[in-house]
Amino acid sequence: MASNVVMPKLSDTMESGVILKWVKKEGDAVEAGDILAEVSTDKADMEMEAYVSGVLRKILIPEGKTAKVGEVLAIIGEEGEEISAPLAIAPPAEPPQARKEPAKAPQGAAGARKEVVESPQQEAEVGPIKASPLARKIAAEKGIDLSRIQGSGPGGRIIEKDLEGALAAKPAAKAPPAVAQVPAGPGEYREEDMSLMRKTIARRMTESKTTVPHFYLAMEIDMEAAVHIRKSLNDLHPEAKVSFNDLIVRAVALALRKHPRVNASFRGEKIRWNEAIDVGVAVALEDGLITPIIRRCDTKNLTEIATEMQSLAEKARRKRLRPEEYQGGTFTISNLGMYGVENFSAIINPPEGAVLAVGAILQKPAVWEGEVVARHRMKVTLSCDHRVVDGASGALFLQELKKLLENPVSLLL
Amino acid sequence: MAVVTYREALNQALREEMERDPNVFIVGEEVGYYQGAYKVTQGLLDQFGEWRVRDTPIAEEVIAGIGIGAALVGLRPIAEMMTFNFSLLALDQIVNNAAKIRYMSGGQFKVPVVFRGPGGAAHQLGAQHSQSLESYYAYVPGLKVVLPATPKDAKGLLKSAIRDDDPVVFIESEVLYGTRGEVPEGEYTIPLGQAEVKRPGKDVTLIAHSKTVLLALQVAESLAAEGIEAEVVDPRTLRPLDSDLLLESVRKTHRCVIVEEGWPFCGIGAQIATTLYSEAFDTLDAPIERVTSADVPMPYAKPLEAAVVPDTKRVRAAIDKVLYRQ
Repeated sequence: MASNVVMPKLSDTMESGVILKWVKKEGDAVEAGDILAEVSTDKADMEMEAYVSGVLRKILIPEGKTAKVGEVLAIIGEEGEEISAPLAIAPPAEPPQARKEPAKAPQGAAGARKEVVESPQQEAEVGPIKASPLARKIAAEKGIDLSRIQGSGPGGRIIEKDLEGALAAKPAAKAPPAVAQVPAGPGEYREEDMSLMRKTIARRMTESKTTVPHFYLAMEIDMEAAVHIRKSLNDLHPEAKVSFNDLIVRAVALALRKHPRVNASFRGEKIRWNEAIDVGVAVALEDGLITPIIRRCDTKNLTEIATEMQSLAEKARRKRLRPEEYQGGTFTISNLGMYGVENFSAIINPPEGAVLAVGAILQKPAVWEGEVVARHRMKVTLSCDHRVVDGASGALFLQELKKLLENPVSLLL
Repeated sequence: MAVVTYREALNQALREEMERDPNVFIVGEEVGYYQGAYKVTQGLLDQFGEWRVRDTPIAEEVIAGIGIGAALVGLRPIAEMMTFNFSLLALDQIVNNAAKIRYMSGGQFKVPVVFRGPGGAAHQLGAQHSQSLESYYAYVPGLKVVLPATPKDAKGLLKSAIRDDDPVVFIESEVLYGTRGEVPEGEYTIPLGQAEVKRPGKDVTLIAHSKTVLLALQVAESLAAEGIEAEVVDPRTLRPLDSDLLLESVRKTHRCVIVEEGWPFCGIGAQIATTLYSEAFDTLDAPIERVTSADVPMPYAKPLEAAVVPDTKRVRAAIDKVLYRQ
């Protein structure tokens, strides 16, 4: 029997994916477990396996095109089998209305992705809407049009979770429709489609900044001793390549162990005290960033942290991180010191309870043992979710962090 | 509360009921001088004598028939099946007499007999001795079917079964006999037909009976570490089924997995699922999943036996499916 190949959900936050490449072509024999295609998600490029065996009869989403999670990408069936029925059920590759007005930006800059997609001409062929009974009930009660919802369940079934967006948007539904803005003045610009990673960053950061009550605690830390100890370490063990960031990761882990509240998360009615200390470190990418996680960070020594961080950062830059390598951290460090940024505050990465923004280590005059001398100093800012962390508990954590970094011998234990 | 084994809890129930009511007696194979094939009747012969603890030949139809006949004349017999696999020989007595007489006599006769003994797979007992036959009995109007999972339930439910005026099929488990649990001090009973939430949760309902309750609890525990709160509900009595509590749970969690050791076709889970579908359809966010034994006679070989019965992996896979987890 012919079966649909749908866009799999390859990460918790994935809503759609881009087909980078079809590894199998129409007419190829396929075994369950074979790699069918390469898919770019919001976090990484991944391989998509076939779940059934047969012949790849029809590819519905060509290379380079985006499909939502659950959307039918292709049909696998037997040689010569009638596949018009599954074809008819397959939803149109892109909602037609979304494509009525292709982005017609003034064609200024070269190299922009001038992706004007021709509308697929199969819009009338939509089958009955698949939705769970609960989703139908909620939709009926709240007046949500299910035909506008993309299902993430098997075969594109709409489930309760898929209605969250529509439910959140509902109160605003009565507002007058936004009028298309005509750009004023002579300003030239170009527009391009947001990448999936950009969209995820946009959505998650907006969600965090609009729903999480942030407050910020800043502190200046004397890094003179840390500078020396790092130099000694790297002179003695050049292969270890311990960075300042590794020292900071280690210090943060030890400070979190002492102040578990800063490692906790807000979970609606409950506070989750995370037993594991899984520290994410933001890594900048060409078009966004990702936070690979060093698991059980408090149990690892400096060289272990350094080695793991190097390998994770490399994988992150090559977009080869597996979901378990960047999902489910308990605390994040964002370090812009290497760019010379003196201090900044970061947005919390929910459901984590705090994020540490680390500035540059700069030589400046400081009062040290009663004298004004040149010292290496570093500013850090802790952003806290006030639902979990209070000012005093955040401050105690920073105090501990300062103590550890100013007496870095304790980081070698 | 005292911690006792499931076996001791049953023994306490038998002893207390025999002390309380002189009409209660036990009949079965090896129940007396051997102290019970699984030692559930340990010490009862010494305390109550041969007249009330009767050893019989290997003849299950006779054991059931004696129980039914004695119940008809006012006694409260407990007919022990060494295992429920052997109760198939007594099926005619249980189904055609015990379950029918009250109805066919227009209520002139009642049949307060308990058929009890272990059911289900144990360890490598082969195809004929590893069966979960509760769905056979739950199928029959006129019978009550009880499967306790814990020592507390075993004692409280057996006492209620003995006092009940209708025939009760009371299925224990060889694997559970040695398990321990808290049992309240002093006299207590648990009404037949009352399910119990063994572990509260909000994300998914796990319905399980007999020893699969322990399996469900084990999985629920491991899921808790992942932030998923599974609610484990034990019907305890399969007939009459406490559908109200099951429905209440599913209306709360919107997702349900039914775990049983019986076969899938016409299994208990099929009945529970249809009840939930017809009464709570609009509250479901995913089709109900069932985890059962494989649809085959039980293999003797250890790895094959392990592959047939439900395990944590299959229960987790079913939960992942109803939660739409990858």
